[in-house]
Amino acid sequence: MGRSTTTTKDAQALIHSLRTAYAATPTNLKIIDLYIVFAVVTAIIQVGYMAIVGSFPFNSFLSGVLSSVGTAVLAVCLRIQVNKENKEFKDIGQERAFADFVLCNLVLHLVIMNFLG
Amino acid sequence: MDRNLGILVAALLLVASTCESAIFNPVSESHRSAASELLSSADGSFGSLEETYEALKTFEVLGIEKKPDIRTSACVSAVKILSSTSSALKDLFHALRVNGVLKCELNDQAFPGIGSKLKDSLNGASSLLDFYYSIGGLILIKDQTSEVDVHISDADRIFRSIKALSQSDGRWRLNSNNPESSNDAAGIALEALSGVISLASSEIDSSLIATLKNDISKLFDGVEKYDDGTCYFDEKLVDAHGHKGPLSASASIVRGITALAAVSSENLNLPGEKVLGLAKFFLGIGIPGSAKDLYYQIDALSCLESIRGSVPLILSLPATVLSVTKKDQLKVKVSTVLGSAAPPLSVKLMQIFVSGSKDASVIDQKLKFDPENSVHVLETLPTNVDVGNYIFSFEIIFDEPEHKNKYATGGRTRVPIHVTGVIKIDSAEIAILENDLGSVETQKKLDLPGESAVALSANHLQKLRLSFRLTTPSGQVFKPHQAFLKLKHDSGVEHIFVVANSGKKFEIILDFLGLVDKFFYLSGTYDLQLTVGDSVMENSFLQPLGHIELDLPEAPEKAARPPPQPVDMYSRYGPKAEISHIFRVPEKRPPRELSLAFFGLVILPFFGFLAGLFHLRANLKNFPKSIHATFAILFHLGIAAVLSLYALFWFKLDLFTTLKTLGLLGIFLMFVGHKTLSHLASTSAKLKTT
Repeated sequence: MGRSTTTTKDAQALIHSLRTAYAATPTNLKIIDLYIVFAVVTAIIQVGYMAIVGSFPFNSFLSGVLSSVGTAVLAVCLRIQVNKENKEFKDIGQERAFADFVLCNLVLHLVIMNFLG
Repeated sequence: MDRNLGILVAALLLVASTCESAIFNPVSESHRSAASELLSSADGSFGSLEETYEALKTFEVLGIEKKPDIRTSACVSAVKILSSTSSALKDLFHALRVNGVLKCELNDQAFPGIGSKLKDSLNGASSLLDFYYSIGGLILIKDQTSEVDVHISDADRIFRSIKALSQSDGRWRLNSNNPESSNDAAGIALEALSGVISLASSEIDSSLIATLKNDISKLFDGVEKYDDGTCYFDEKLVDAHGHKGPLSASASIVRGITALAAVSSENLNLPGEKVLGLAKFFLGIGIPGSAKDLYYQIDALSCLESIRGSVPLILSLPATVLSVTKKDQLKVKVSTVLGSAAPPLSVKLMQIFVSGSKDASVIDQKLKFDPENSVHVLETLPTNVDVGNYIFSFEIIFDEPEHKNKYATGGRTRVPIHVTGVIKIDSAEIAILENDLGSVETQKKLDLPGESAVALSANHLQKLRLSFRLTTPSGQVFKPHQAFLKLKHDSGVEHIFVVANSGKKFEIILDFLGLVDKFFYLSGTYDLQLTVGDSVMENSFLQPLGHIELDLPEAPEKAARPPPQPVDMYSRYGPKAEISHIFRVPEKRPPRELSLAFFGLVILPFFGFLAGLFHLRANLKNFPKSIHATFAILFHLGIAAVLSLYALFWFKLDLFTTLKTLGLLGIFLMFVGHKTLSHLASTSAKLKTT
């Protein structure tokens, strides 16, 4: 009984500390995180749909899921490059990273649209 | 001595039997009807004067009446050429020829002018055709009018100029520039030279004529031969007109040697065999298909009809199939190539050869001459002639020996004769025998080839025996080409067996025990049919004999099935059964409402994202101002454009146009984006430093 309460208390404390730490992150990173969450949720909904109705046009399913997942991954890369605390990527400017993000997204979506069928 | 003679005779017979035999028939009604057909023209004209002359000559030789409109139109064109002063040499020649046949009404004043023109061109001639036309024209004028003096004073010189164009193999060239020689040109040259001889005012040097004889013998050395004795002159080169061939070359040479034989005072010593061979060649082509070929054939034959020294005589038979049973008589006709009567002669049957074997018998029997029909008749065939194929060898003997120098008969003439007869069939019987002992169970006599319908029955332990004897009219055993027994089952399955002969009897024994497998174990009624046939058998028959009930055991598991019988034609070619295609079952799709619900669900996170942005208080404060705003706006517009291009690509476009447009948009986007982002980077750098 006691242990469960301590674990819940510890969990609550952990969550609270995470929250405060997260609040400290800069806004632009928070925007990117939000975008990542949006993309992943879209992917999950598509997988759920496929689970219900079956994977008949499999290429369409793959294309949809990979679009969401791909853009999430590219956003993660952007976040890494833009984050000021990462020492390795200090030389690459933020604008350059953003330009890479846009270009890769456009290429990804061209491939996705071709594969959509 | 006897042995040597015997060997010599055997060798001669061997050589003689390797030569082929053939029938040649003189010109007949079929030539006349072909001429009327081929040479009929709608408006009475035949094209050029040359063709008109050829048609007229053909009609004249064959004795066909010319239609009056042909005469008028031909005369009109001939007179026009002859009256005009500027006609070409070739046209004058053809017009004179037409005039010679038709005897048109021509102004007598025209001839002297033509005569002098021809003499001028003769003096100035250099090519063979110039000589030919001018000399030929002068001879035609000589025939048509007596007022013009056509004699040539320098005949020797002209003779030598023509002779200069000859080659060593007896052929001639057309002119001195052209190195190719041909048989056709040789014929033209010989005609021209004969014209020179006849028009010469003084005697031509006899040595020149002797060289001419030499040329002719060399020309005949180059003649081509077929096995059946036909000879012809072939042309090696093909003219630009493509018209020269063995027919025109041979006809040309025949004209030449006929003209020469007519004018030369001494005998030309033409080889009789070869002249007869040429006659056989022209007769052997039958009825030619074109008017020109018909002209060549008829013209050459008319020359051969009256050639001095060796007129060919053709031995022909109206019928080559004789029946021994009907006691047909062998009839032989001897005539010239155009069908006119031959001089008094007799025909002897010298030898009879059996086709396909080396047997030969010497007969030496004279045929009786029937003056009413002018045929030579052999009243009874020699006793040793039975049914079969033979080759009869005839010889022509003249009543007056001096005719031998005027006519060419070619020694022995070999003719294939087909002798048929009624074959007697007797001792025909059909029997069912017991297998082991061979004892007869049923035996029935057959009446062949009359009506007979036997009804037999047998089981698989018995045998069927059919036997008969075939005898020729002269009592010999006969072996026909075909002797078959056919058994046909009710269901249509047929079996055919060959009836073999042993010695005198034809017999077939069907042992059903061994044939059970072949008959596919089908029991039932089988129709019997006997076929006996041969080309020399006048009473070949295909006779149903009756039927036999066969009782065969049951078919075992592995037995072969009888072959399927041909299906009725209408069911085979009629409409077939309808084919129902099986298509791939389409995949199960979710219901529309569910899809739309999930579409709405997928859109939701986007709104969630917007809500989150709002919650984070995201702003556009860093958006570039004034002049750089345009680039920024263009940048965003460019991205929007690319995304809408993707949407369009999905709906409508194909990849190639998309890529092309994407390329253009991409370049624009790169430029604009670089501008914007570099401006942003520089501003943020400025902010950092300050």
